[in-house]
Amino acid sequence: MKAAVITFPGSNRDGDVAKALKQAGASVAHVWHADTELPAGTDLVVLPGGFSYGDYLRTGAIAGRANVMDATRAHAARGGYVLGICNGFQIACEAGLLPGILMRNADLKFVCRRQHLTVERADTPYTSAYARGQVIDVCIAHGEGNYVADPETLARLEGEGLVAFRYADAQGKVTAQANPNGSLNNIAGIYSPGFNVLGLMPHPENLIDSLTGGTDGRGMFESLMGGRKAA
Amino acid sequence: MKARVTVTLKTGVLDPQGKAIEGALKSLGIEGVGSVRQGKVFDIELSGSDKAAAEAALKTACEKLLANTVIENYRVEIGA
Repeated sequence: MKAAVITFPGSNRDGDVAKALKQAGASVAHVWHADTELPAGTDLVVLPGGFSYGDYLRTGAIAGRANVMDATRAHAARGGYVLGICNGFQIACEAGLLPGILMRNADLKFVCRRQHLTVERADTPYTSAYARGQVIDVCIAHGEGNYVADPETLARLEGEGLVAFRYADAQGKVTAQANPNGSLNNIAGIYSPGFNVLGLMPHPENLIDSLTGGTDGRGMFESLMGGRKAA
Repeated sequence: MKARVTVTLKTGVLDPQGKAIEGALKSLGIEGVGSVRQGKVFDIELSGSDKAAAEAALKTACEKLLANTVIENYRVEIGA
């Protein structure tokens, strides 16, 4: 698995996600946002977390129009894997790789804490190391994580099983109380129709070592190394 | 030539910032405030004098970057 981690001005989680990928066995290339091509043989493009362009205009808006995003869209159109984490999810939405948008958290507060998620399906390239319905304990850290889409889009996401993760309590109950940001249907992450693009607000790359709080995030990177084709 | 682009949230899109501003205005005792929706204004200097071309260029700018048409509307006004 050859991964390309994109660095935008203001990305700050590129190093962490590279570490998580390497731990799982991937080779990692770092790619600058102004580049027009991905390294030859790239399997996975990662849009990392951070505050690209200082969140100016809208979160992810300017990064979503960066040179490298044309190559990333072409990669996704060929069925290549694209993983957007936190700011990377915002960038993926702004770049048209995923539908909807991440708006300001409903209570207007930046939220930075541990958060339980349910794994909605375990037959995708990103989740095969988990069990369906498994509750995982990861981190969230965002001010704009409030997933919004029009009713038709939301119905399509739900109908086609494209919701990847939902905010839940420790027992896996998807409740309004467990929703940290007001996202519709507690959505924490979504897939593209081919399951090759995944965007999520939580940070699985934070939870890859028991020394720093847990290992529930490892499954995502190990799933990707499984080499399974998109479901 | 000067132009002003105004970007506002579509009706029905939740606006937590607008709500907070509304609450702040009410707590300041400013009377008659019903509701507040916030948006963005871009003042843009344009070279050239072709108004139609400028309007077309700014529409493209809005569609490509200034507005996210999933949740936002935009308005272009060309000045003198």
